Parts: sequence; C-alpha cells; structure tokens
Amino acid sequence: MIRLDNLTKVFDTPKGAVVAADRISLEVPPGEICILLGPSGCGKTTILKMINRIVQPTSGKVFINGEDALNMNLEELRRGIGYVIQQIGLFPNMTIEENITIVPKLLGWDPAKYKERARELMAMISMEPDSFLNRYPSELSGGQQQRIGVARALAADPPVMLMDEPFGAIDPINRATIQDEFLIMQEQLKKTIMFVSHDIDEAIKMGDRIAVFRKGHLVQYDTPDDLLAAPRNTFIESFLGEDRAFKRLSLVKVREVVSDNIGTVTPDDSLETALKRMDDFGYQLSILVVNNRHQPVGMVSRAVARTTRGFCGDHLQNVPATIELDDNLHKAAALMFAKDTVWLPCVDAEGRVRGQISQRAMTHHLGARFRSQENGSHHSSTPVEE
Amino acid sequence: MPIQSLNMALRALVLVAIFFAGAWGQSSGVIDDFLFYIPDVQYLMGQHLWLTAVSGGLAILVAIPVGIVLSRPSMERWAETVMQVFNIGTTIPTLAVLALAMSFLGIGTVPSVFALFVATLLPIVRNTYTGLRGVDPALLEAAAGIGMSPMQRLFRVELPNALYVIFAGIRTALVLNVGTVPLAFLIGGGGLGELIFTGIDLFDPVMMLAGAIPTALLAVLVDACIAVAAFLMIQRGVNPDRA
Repeated sequence: MIRLDNLTKVFDTPKGAVVAADRISLEVPPGEICILLGPSGCGKTTILKMINRIVQPTSGKVFINGEDALNMNLEELRRGIGYVIQQIGLFPNMTIEENITIVPKLLGWDPAKYKERARELMAMISMEPDSFLNRYPSELSGGQQQRIGVARALAADPPVMLMDEPFGAIDPINRATIQDEFLIMQEQLKKTIMFVSHDIDEAIKMGDRIAVFRKGHLVQYDTPDDLLAAPRNTFIESFLGEDRAFKRLSLVKVREVVSDNIGTVTPDDSLETALKRMDDFGYQLSILVVNNRHQPVGMVSRAVARTTRGFCGDHLQNVPATIELDDNLHKAAALMFAKDTVWLPCVDAEGRVRGQISQRAMTHHLGARFRSQENGSHHSSTPVEE
Repeated sequence: MPIQSLNMALRALVLVAIFFAGAWGQSSGVIDDFLFYIPDVQYLMGQHLWLTAVSGGLAILVAIPVGIVLSRPSMERWAETVMQVFNIGTTIPTLAVLALAMSFLGIGTVPSVFALFVATLLPIVRNTYTGLRGVDPALLEAAAGIGMSPMQRLFRVELPNALYVIFAGIRTALVLNVGTVPLAFLIGGGGLGELIFTGIDLFDPVMMLAGAIPTALLAVLVDACIAVAAFLMIQRGVNPDRA
C-alpha cells in the first residue's frame, strides 16, 4: 500500500517559488495500479520521485505499507521499491544478467540464488535466458531493453513499484504488446504500483485507479470508468477527449451488459415454431439455432420461416459472429459494426449460448452514468478550484 | 585488380629502398657509428622509462581522484573554475615548468619528476572530469533509484562508463610524457635527452639520432601498451573497440 499525506513540493527558482505538488493526499490499495496522469509540467513525475526520495518533499508524508518512507534509511527504502524509468537506464557496462541481478546483489543474496532468479525473470518476460543473459544492453532492441528494465525492477520481488512513463519511448506496436504482457504479470504478482503517464489510453488500459493532476493539484482520483463517466470539471473533460464515451467501451465486460433473455430454436424445431418464437421475442430478422449442448449452429431468417415449410436444421444460415462473456464492449461494438448487426449472441468459454447483447443495451449501459459539464448535470462533490 | 597490383608494387619498392638504405648505411659506416652508442642507449633508455613511469604513475594516482572529486555534484560550483585554471596550466610550455621546478627544487631527478608530473597531470584530470560528467544522467537516476550508495554508483556505474574517456586521457598524457622526458636532461634528470642535446651541441647527427629514434620508438610502444590495456580492461558493453 502507498499512502501520500499532504505531500507538497515547492521548487525555489530564480523566478520565485514554483509549487510542483500542492498538498497531495491519496492512497493506493495493495495490488492495484494507480496512474498519475496529466499534461507535462503538472507535477506527476515530481510526486512519483518524492516516494523514493529522488526528490525531497518540502512537507507532507509518504507511507509505504504503513512505514514512514521519509524516516527510513534511503538505500533500504529504494532497494525495497522497483523503479522503472522512461530512459530505461540499463547499465551499458554490465551484461543483461548483471543488470537484472544488481538489486539482489546489493541486498547480499547468494550467487546461486540470484542467478536462478535471473533465469526465472527472463522466463517471466518471455525472453530466452541462454541467448540474452550474457549479452550487453546495446545489443538489444528498445522493446527488449525495456522488458529487461522491468525485470530489473522486479528482481528482488519488491511489494511496491514506481514506473515513470515506462513504455513511453517504445513504438506503439511494441508498447501495446509490453503493456499486455505487463498486465498478465501483474495479475499474478499483485504489486502495488504508481505509474506516471501522459497518455489517457494507456491510463485507462493499465490503471485500476487514475489520479489526474493539473499544475500541482490533484483534480480527480477515481477508477477509469468513473473518471470517464463523470469527469469532475471541464479541464478533465477536455483532457479525456470528446470520445471519452467510446473509451469506456474497453472498460466494460460483455458479462455486465448481457441479457439472458434470448429466444432460440433447435434444428429439430419446425420453421413454424421458429416464426412463432420470433414473434414472441419481437425479432424482426432472424432467430438463433442452437444444438442440444446449447452451442450456436446457425440462424433461421424470418423470410425463410414465413415462406417455407420444414425444419430449422435444413434452412440454416451462418451466425455472423458471437462474443464471449469476458470480452469487452469495445470488441462487441467492433464486431457489430463489421458485421452490420445490432445484436450478438454471447457465449461462455465452452461456446454455450448464455444470452445476447444488443447495441441498445450497450448505449443504455454507457449512457446511464454519462455526465457532461456543459449539459449542466454537475458532479455531486464540490468543484476544485482551477 | 589494378589496385592490388599497385599495392604489390609499392611493397616491393619499399623492400628495395630498405635494402639500399641498409647497404648504404653499412658502406658509409653509419650503422657501425650507431652500434657504438648501444650501451649508452640501453642505460639512458632505462633512465628514460623510469622517469616516465614514476612521473606518469604519480600523475595517474593524483589526477584520477582529482577528476572524480571535481565531477561530484557538490563541487559543481567550483569545478568549471578549477578546470579553467588547469586549462591555463596546460598552455605553459613544459620547458618553462622545468625552469620553474629547477628554481624551487634545484637540479636532478626530483625537479625533473615534478615537472613531468605537472605536465602529465592535466590531460588525465580533464578526461576523468569530462568522462564522468558525460555519463548519461538516466544511468545515475536508475542507479540511485535502485538503491546504490554514492560509492557504489561511482565504482559500479560512473567509472566503468567513463573508463574509455579516462584511458584516452592517460594515453595522451603518457605519450606526451615520453616525448617530454628528453627536456629533463637540461636540469640534470638524465634520459635519452643526453644523446639528443649532446649530439646537437657537437654537430653529431648520428649521436642525436641515437637518442631521438629510441625516444620515438618508446612513445609508439607506450601508446600501443596503453591501447592494449584499455582494450582488455574496459568491459565489452562500453568499449567501442570491442563492439
């Protein structure tokens, strides 16, 4: 757990005092990723660097797992925190193995133990230990270097990590891959992480919570969905972008919107039954046909059912697409647009139909909590001064 | 092909030239004259190398710590001023330094070593300082951020990454040193300068060359030795020669 209590930093510059962080108080629960988000110069990096005392706070307190970080031995504090920076900062004079094992060495681990740990970490970041451990950083690509940078921070298994725009210097395709890999690791590692970013999409993807800063003030601290649904003021609203409603699509799972009220027929049902069921459920175009294990096998269209006699099994058309319950609405919407359809059957991991999701349900779900500053529906808490 | 055959022709020409030079040297007696100085050259070369080793070794031992101290963040306010003083120091001719040393310390080995030490100091201090200042700030931040103490940062990160530049300074300084040792003869320090200056005074070109050629060879040798040492001592990751 990381807790900041009235943390303040004032820089004395020739032009006078500059407040880089003004009485920041926030708490990151154990195992969560907190994104510090904001435009450049908003103080987010200063706040991060006050936690491991690269920047000395002017006033206020930092607690790490309940311990007062400002009273701890500086080296001990830092060795207990994983630190990843944008410039990566691998030591060019050391091999990859030496780079990864540096913190365990500082902590006085046994050589056999830290060598074993190096191999373990390489497996974790899916890089082949034998071909990489004896190479030098300059022989690696940027994406590989940043993976090593993350591995180095994880080496001594610190409970807390600080990441300063860790994936900022990597090309977009590699960045997305590394982000995904990191999230998969985090699911098992459950580190408490502070993560600086200026990229709203990265923040939504990586963050359990997002703290938005402006000119040294904490403007809003919320979950990504709450932030997107109810930005506290016009600054945040403009920072999130006009398409913030779309951004929420990736935060909501199909499971949360699915309606289990779906009418289906089996291949052995007659077309007459199918037509009747379409009328019962109000389907204009077609109805889903499932087998005895409740897996979708095709569709029967209203036109066929009305004009033909026989069994559904003999008049199947392809199912345009299905979506899994654990997929997000972003994927569901993309499928709907691609297949020109307004609803999708939802299946579980075994492929059994569990319900359906419609465009109407999606827009309803997202719109229910959407607030706009311009439309006059203000957030309940007091607005923060600008 | 034409370039290759031109190369071959050039090599043959050089061989022929060496052969005729040797033949001429033997017939005119120059080689015999040279051989006459061999015992002198051996003795003076020993003296020469001793002067270089002592003055150069002392300079390395003093200059690197000075460079390190100047590169510390706490010295930032003074470092540039001190480096300017060092730069002005470099412009003073070595002969003048020798003369000054003589007027304070008399004649002989001590003032010679001192003057050579002063002349050798500056390039090493300068390269140590610039080498350490040139280490990527991101490395220093990473080193601090993972919990290295200032000493660990210096020895595990800063010095290894500045070593290539520091070695370049040592190389320049010692080659300069070997070339300057002959001047030490003027204040009684000995070395191959004895043959060079006596040869000039006596209008004896063979004697002068018997001092000058070994001096040049020594300089080349010292240069090569340091290059090899640098090649072996600097880790592969920060050594452009081994990349």
